[in-house]
Amino acid sequence: MNSLSDFLFIAYPYIAVSIFFVGAIWRYKSNSFKYSSLSSQFLEGKTVFWGIVPFHFGILILFLGHLFVFLFPGKVLEWNSDPMRLILHEGIGFTFGVSALLGLTVLFVRRITNERLQMVTNRMDIVIEAVLLLQILLGCWVALGYRWGSSWFAADLSPYLWSLVKLNPSIDAVSAMPVVIKLHIIGAFTILLLIPFTRLVHFLVAPFHYMWRRYQVVMWNWDKDRVRNPRTAWQSTRPKNN
Amino acid sequence: MDIRSQISMVFHLDKCIGCHTCSVACKNIWTDRKGAEYMWWNNVETKPGTGYPGKWEDQDIYKGGWEKKGNDIKLKGAGKKKGLSNIFHNPHMPVIDDYYEPFTYKYLDLIESPEVDDQPTARPVSLITGKPMDIKMGPNWDDDLSGTPDYARNDVNLKNLSPAEQQAMFQLEKMAFFYLPRICNHCLNPACVASCPSGAIYKRGEDGIVLINQKVCRAWRMCVTACPYKKSYYNWHTGKSEKCILCYPRIEAGYAPACMHSCVGRIRYLGVMLYDADQIHDIASADKDKLIDKQLDMLMDPFDPEVIESAKKNGIADSTIKAAQKSPVYKFVKEWGMALPLHAEFRTLPMLFYVPPMLPVMASITNVDNTEQSKKLGDISKFWPDNWLYDTSTEEFWGTIEQARLPIQYMANLFSAGNTEMVKLRIMKLMAIRIHRRWKTVGDISEEKARQVLKDVGLTQETADAIYYLTSLAKFDDRFVIPAAHREHAIEMMENTGDVKGSTGFGFKQDTAKRGL
Repeated sequence: MNSLSDFLFIAYPYIAVSIFFVGAIWRYKSNSFKYSSLSSQFLEGKTVFWGIVPFHFGILILFLGHLFVFLFPGKVLEWNSDPMRLILHEGIGFTFGVSALLGLTVLFVRRITNERLQMVTNRMDIVIEAVLLLQILLGCWVALGYRWGSSWFAADLSPYLWSLVKLNPSIDAVSAMPVVIKLHIIGAFTILLLIPFTRLVHFLVAPFHYMWRRYQVVMWNWDKDRVRNPRTAWQSTRPKNN
Repeated sequence: MDIRSQISMVFHLDKCIGCHTCSVACKNIWTDRKGAEYMWWNNVETKPGTGYPGKWEDQDIYKGGWEKKGNDIKLKGAGKKKGLSNIFHNPHMPVIDDYYEPFTYKYLDLIESPEVDDQPTARPVSLITGKPMDIKMGPNWDDDLSGTPDYARNDVNLKNLSPAEQQAMFQLEKMAFFYLPRICNHCLNPACVASCPSGAIYKRGEDGIVLINQKVCRAWRMCVTACPYKKSYYNWHTGKSEKCILCYPRIEAGYAPACMHSCVGRIRYLGVMLYDADQIHDIASADKDKLIDKQLDMLMDPFDPEVIESAKKNGIADSTIKAAQKSPVYKFVKEWGMALPLHAEFRTLPMLFYVPPMLPVMASITNVDNTEQSKKLGDISKFWPDNWLYDTSTEEFWGTIEQARLPIQYMANLFSAGNTEMVKLRIMKLMAIRIHRRWKTVGDISEEKARQVLKDVGLTQETADAIYYLTSLAKFDDRFVIPAAHREHAIEMMENTGDVKGSTGFGFKQDTAKRGL
């Protein structure tokens, strides 16, 4: 039993994180053509709205929430010390959890039942959607059944994750957790591990740089002034589009 | 002044016969692939009609192009705020059914059918799902269908025509249509480039061709919405957007683009334009009625020493400047003032210009007495009890323009942002040249009259003959003045030639192993 939890909560996270980084970078470097959100709105544009919007906003808020508790556990505990604020916090989290769950369910059913979408669905799409669905379901279960998650996450799990970051893993707290929570943690690392092999890579290339870019893009293959200047060797300017 | 060069085009609509050869040439080379079957980078539409994708000109539906906000312009349906907040679901994006579901036929069924009582048929099957389907739409589904309630009468350009005018247009005796071939306009202020969150779309500095980098495109799909001409297409198989590349590999090698090369009616002209890039923003945000005049103003005279000097300073090759001086596009657009951009009100500063069609022939229907004529008919002749005549005489030439079967206002909505005078002048020029040539070749019009009509529109006899030559007799090299892209430059675009000097063939895609450490 001990060696199993050693593997699941020490070795597995490191394996998952390594595969995530190596895989994502390797995929980007070797074939960035394969980095795409693979949007299917073009083939089915109506139902998708009711799935994709609640899912994305839900999962984004949940992700940021988890990240915040991981980074600033003290702040969260302080906030949660007032019962009203705790309930507000948990309520918001749970709402977005349900939103993500319903959204993903719509997307899952749509993907499986729509004939056109079947043509653009591969095995990994189904796998990752199933894993995500399970993970969100577990998350909602944890939120309902093991209150109050935001507090014990900050108190017990955040230190565990930090111990992994500091390369000094201590799994006492995790080992004592109920099975549902354990599964939720394993699920999280599984998703991380699967990212490089699925369409989820699209969130790694989210276009934030658009915010501070000029609208128009003109690309010169050469530095137009230097290339025809007889005083410079043209070798000093290189093609930019390759 | 910041002079840049742009490969630009003129389509002479009077000569378009609607044969779709251009579309097929393009399809065979570029879009005969999975996920791209529905794309027609070049398509030919019947006007009046709703086009492809359906009602693409209606920006209340698709929210394409730019709109004026104060002294500035904003993307109508995309941009930083709207684009990023709609990134999960793009509410104004056309879906495949707005174009059409691509299909093929099960031809093998014809050959492999066992002997049966009925003729075997080749059923249509979807190119997406591979399953049998009912064909509901095609890329030119409204071909030649003027007057139909579903297509012609839903044309967006009829919006500000009075109901009476619309009715007159679709009377059986007056019904008319013309063809509108469309490719990407390779705009100077492209909305697709501005809308791309990934920054995958760019305009090439050297020749102004707008391209999508397939390695950077992430399928955020904003370009599909933003392009008001709906000339950026989403490939549902690869999850990348694609668009007309103006056959840049051909242009770099000195060939005309496939659609232009194959044009049966020889309606297409291609050449270099020099323009002042400093003015782009000001002109794109000008008032609607000044848009076209200002756009024409920014296209510079390639003989002006100041322009040449500035062009050279920007690294534009002498050969390109020479090509600009011989450009048929410059002649049609600037020198002769015959061509106009399509839907300038979208504010993308399109660089594809159209000579508006004078056809269908200006004519009026007059009542005549046919009895004398009918008496001469033999017994077996078919007798037509009509007493009207389709009168194509040129007695009242300017008058017939006002009574054109396709109202001037309709043409203006397409080609001059609603300004009827602008279109009228161009059609009058076409008419004047026709009268001038009629005097020269047929001779039933007096020279005095021919001179008078040319004077009315501000043309000389020499210019009229030059326009006639370029319209009717021009050879391949007159129609396509492609700047020497210089083979050596074409290679430089792909790789640094110094690096592969001494290696055989075309070089290596990946780096080779290096000696030493």
